[in-house]
Amino acid sequence: MSTKAMTTGRSLSPRWMQSLRAREAIAGYLFLLPWLLGLALFIAGPMLTSGYLSFTRYDIVNAPKFVGLKNFIEIFTKDRLFWPSLLLTFRYALIVVPLSLVGALAAAVLLNQALRGTTWFRTFFFLPHLTPIVAAAVLWGWIFNPEVGPINHWIRTITGSDDAPGWFRDPAWAMTGLIIMAMWGAIGGNTMLIFLAGLQGVPQELYDAAVVDGAGLWAKFRNVTIPMLTPTIFFNMVLGIIGALKVFAAAFIATAGGPAYATWFYALHIYTRAFEYFEMGYASALAWIFFFVLFVFTYVQFRQSRRWVYYAGEVD
Amino acid sequence: MAGDVIASGRKQGERGVLPANLYQSATWRRASGRGLLYLVAIFGSTMFMFPFVWTILSSLKTGGELFRFPPTWFPEVPQFQNYPKVFEIVTWGTWTWNSVVVAGLSTFGAVLTAALVGYSFARFRYPGRDILFIITLSTMMLPVEVTLIPLYLMFSKIAWMDSYKPLIVPSFFGGSAFLIFLMRQFFMSIPIDLDEAARIDGAGYLRVFWQILMPLSIPVTATAAVLTFMAQWNAFLYPFIFLNTKAKFTLAVGIRYFQAVAGFADDTEPKYHLLMAASVMMTAPIIIMFFLAQRYLVQGIVMSGIKG
Repeated sequence: MSTKAMTTGRSLSPRWMQSLRAREAIAGYLFLLPWLLGLALFIAGPMLTSGYLSFTRYDIVNAPKFVGLKNFIEIFTKDRLFWPSLLLTFRYALIVVPLSLVGALAAAVLLNQALRGTTWFRTFFFLPHLTPIVAAAVLWGWIFNPEVGPINHWIRTITGSDDAPGWFRDPAWAMTGLIIMAMWGAIGGNTMLIFLAGLQGVPQELYDAAVVDGAGLWAKFRNVTIPMLTPTIFFNMVLGIIGALKVFAAAFIATAGGPAYATWFYALHIYTRAFEYFEMGYASALAWIFFFVLFVFTYVQFRQSRRWVYYAGEVD
Repeated sequence: MAGDVIASGRKQGERGVLPANLYQSATWRRASGRGLLYLVAIFGSTMFMFPFVWTILSSLKTGGELFRFPPTWFPEVPQFQNYPKVFEIVTWGTWTWNSVVVAGLSTFGAVLTAALVGYSFARFRYPGRDILFIITLSTMMLPVEVTLIPLYLMFSKIAWMDSYKPLIVPSFFGGSAFLIFLMRQFFMSIPIDLDEAARIDGAGYLRVFWQILMPLSIPVTATAAVLTFMAQWNAFLYPFIFLNTKAKFTLAVGIRYFQAVAGFADDTEPKYHLLMAASVMMTAPIIIMFFLAQRYLVQGIVMSGIKG
């Protein structure tokens, strides 16, 4: 549209119109200026720097020393926490994201049924999402307390035995604890609100047509709701996965990556190398690998999305 | 508006004319179905609210009561003095003020500049605009660790460490890609005829922005402000890395510090009850803010998701 306007504008343009267009462009750049500076100073510049640093050894005290690919080779071959932390992070994301998407969709469908008190239910579902992660980690640490926490008390009461998980203190259970905590915050959060709006955007005619064809509740859900919601599901999935792969504060505060590295997420690995060992070059290399992985993963999702996401407004 | 629609929900279902007995069984089925839905909704609410309730109850117990076995639901005598005690044991008042200052100033900068940048993306034609917009959106994917290390080095070099500048100043450069996107989407929904009419009447670009677009964008601006404030209030990594002095901590860093020392019993008892009170005090302002801005917020969140 804009190109067409531009060409027609130019073809019958006296000089004053061209200068008008130039003025518009200059004004546009001026309003953009803060962000252009921000991009350069706080994103592009730092990215270049960390790209360079990833090929160096740098301990802050001495000047960076160029070492070529040594950091990367060391990461892939010698770093005993690299692969485990990367796999662990993916495992976490691949559990949390599908579960919270299904949970959020179920919650949205439930809250779309015109129940009395829906406003209250929605608020109750949403409040966990508002809790600061730091506060959530602190309070779940208390709820999961192995000795006097309520969860273990119930587990002991129900099973009648004294065995109960150690949660954040138990390598076998710490991850489960973090996943429960994440789901608590995610199911009723923004994902659910976006699904709710998506549900309300599904045209009633489609449901009516399905009923005429003899569709029951499940068939309507499966053949109308889900296909119409695929763009929303996709949006929530991409954002959810990026967010889950970046998990840091929750684990840092609730478990500090432990016990026995059971929750040593990738972001914790980078943080430790950078700000506890002050290996800035090595940590930059780790960060760039992470960026690359995220990028590829997101790209693949966009490619795959063409097969299953249906855009109602799209013209082939 | 969208908030109302979501709040009221929508009746889905068909009301046909059916033979009497079939109709009766259908109503019965429907009624029992709805009863089940209510049960699920109430059960879900209980699950989601339980951690809050437990935290609040814990915050009103004595330190010793917290470690009683088996655990009890209600405090024997509610210890409301736990809350003021947090202010004595750690510098909670200072931390709260620090959080207010940091979140307040960075929200102001972020929303103002994101609106300007969103205006530029929404209303002006210039070479490179679309590619810059795509770059802007793709920065949302960037892991913070990629830029954090150079920023740390840069801020230490210019002696900004242990000050609020690294937390506030970057916000004045467009805020974030998400905010810019939000503002742009909203501006694009305002008819451009309004701008043009004002331009013909001789208004400059800045005046169009300030006197035409911004007054129409109060809901989305409020959404942007509340979302940014919440994110800043909750932010942990940046303040944790850039602040060293205890007195300069924000609440998120402070509560983590408190958590680390709460387990050590001083002369009397461990302080987990106070830690719970602190969690409540950190969360409460956010929840109050949500209630005040609820309808704007829901609308904004939904808009960012749907028109993506």
